[in-house]
Amino acid sequence: MTSELIVFLVLSLAAVAAAFGMVSSRNAVYSALFLVLNFVTVAIFYLLLGAPFIAMSQITVYAGAIMVLFLFVIMLLGAEALAPTNVLPWQRPLAFSLAVVLLIESAYLLISRAQTNALISAPDITVNSMDNLRDMAMTLFHQFLLPFEVTSILLLVAMVGAIVLTKREKAGQK
Amino acid sequence: MVPVDYYIILSAVLFTIGALGVLIRRNPLIIFMSIELMLNAANLAFVAFSRMYDSFNGQIFVFFVIAVAAAEVAVGLALIVEIFKTKKNINIDEMNSLKG
Repeated sequence: MTSELIVFLVLSLAAVAAAFGMVSSRNAVYSALFLVLNFVTVAIFYLLLGAPFIAMSQITVYAGAIMVLFLFVIMLLGAEALAPTNVLPWQRPLAFSLAVVLLIESAYLLISRAQTNALISAPDITVNSMDNLRDMAMTLFHQFLLPFEVTSILLLVAMVGAIVLTKREKAGQK
Repeated sequence: MVPVDYYIILSAVLFTIGALGVLIRRNPLIIFMSIELMLNAANLAFVAFSRMYDSFNGQIFVFFVIAVAAAEVAVGLALIVEIFKTKKNINIDEMNSLKG
């Protein structure tokens, strides 16, 4: 058992435990903090997979910006814990059994289709070099230039949409 | 050396936990977080395959997914805030009519 495998197993245990904590904790603030932990462990997986740029984007955008937005809205609405309701009592066992089916199905399909015995080793020192980042930027700004520009328009539309949705109407208007 | 399959299985497990969260929770904010978890699981599979094929395309796709997730969260949370302003409650069981 190599040290890389041990690191992988410990991290994956932390990621799965954090995900379970997110789904099962009663308080929405705890859920958000568990999700931050999960995002950080996944960022370390990205580092192990030789994607330092994606790992840092994950931490700044997901664990930083998005989760702060979540925490802000949770505290703004006071939605830490909702009163429990029993509208659909049969839903929970059904959801668990469907989740097991989904897990078996997806793992089987992904592994049988990929048909891979490939091993991933930890990245060597070249992944930290400027060349690596330049190669990625070349791919992004040559091959994927149009999607990149469309993404900027998407972000603009989302920004305008969020402002319009939460805008307080003036007293006389409506 | 870690087999690619392990990363794929981890991704499938995280995705399933996210789907389970969408199904069993009643708080729309936690449902939203579960959706983020599912996106994250898909991203992990993308980066693992990107490493396996030694290509940047998977990483670029993850970059786009992160941008789209940020946009989605901004609009979604604005909707939840607006629903709360109208109904004074965000329990998902109460949101069963299109008219406010």
